Amino acid sequence: MSAQPVSHHAHELPGPATYLKLAVILGIFTIIETATYYIHISEFIITIALLFFMACKFVLVVGYYMHLKFESRLLSAIFTGGLMTSLAGMIALIAIYHNF
Amino acid sequence: MSQAEQIAHHTDEAHATSTGISHNKMMMWAFLASDCMFFGSLIMTFMVYRGKAAGGPRPQDIWDIPYTSVSAAVLLLSSLAIVLALTYLQRGNERAFRIWLVATAALGLLFLGGQFYEFTTFYHEGLSLHSSLFGTTFFVLTGFHGTHVGIGVIWLLSLAWLSKRGKIPPSRAEMPEIVALYWHFVDIVWIIIFAVVYLIPYKP
Repeated sequence: MSAQPVSHHAHELPGPATYLKLAVILGIFTIIETATYYIHISEFIITIALLFFMACKFVLVVGYYMHLKFESRLLSAIFTGGLMTSLAGMIALIAIYHNF
Repeated sequence: MSQAEQIAHHTDEAHATSTGISHNKMMMWAFLASDCMFFGSLIMTFMVYRGKAAGGPRPQDIWDIPYTSVSAAVLLLSSLAIVLALTYLQRGNERAFRIWLVATAALGLLFLGGQFYEFTTFYHEGLSLHSSLFGTTFFVLTGFHGTHVGIGVIWLLSLAWLSKRGKIPPSRAEMPEIVALYWHFVDIVWIIIFAVVYLIPYKP
């Protein structure tokens, strides 16, 4: 199997304008997250909303800023493997201690 | 071609790998995957023990959410700065690369300064590494994150210095790309810490 060039995906990567738009979106999400601290509604709803915005920010940074969306699936699998192992541990511990 | 140039040439050319992915990049992603587990264990330990304040300050007594939000925004901005640095290097603009690289390091230092201030404030309010399980798990988690940021800042400044000496031409963009991966990871860890540690409501 012939080797592929190392960083030849550069031509298909987003440009500064896209990165700036993403930064604005991330900023808005952070403001919304902060606002939840001052809103007195159901804690369950706030928790779900915070987890949702956290996941969105995580995916945007990993996918676009870290370029994982444009990389080989093997790299996605490696990173997702570590992340899922970590999440599984968290969920197990929460279930054991009922502490959330 | 001098020996040093030959080594540099040999190192930076797209070398043959069975996966088509450079070994350096593969290693960095594997490291980040393992770091996910490292921080995952610290975060889950904090979540288990955050209610154990032992009569000392509780999370809701000492958190300063507006202040921490600004810290989170600073780190997000640093992620933007480094991705712009990388883009400019790939486009052959080494000066802009260095400017954004130094901006990233400056934002990292600003974050560290903020964390130092926060730690000092908490300490004066009675929360320390030894005061309670809440204090121990909080300082260990955020301290390790701060250590990662500190290492990142040193790495960024080293890169800027190497670039200034002409050692990082656009053809060697993979090295800064790997540093950028590390820096973005530090950012995503804070995204999780900010939501899970500081914001998600908790009833003791």
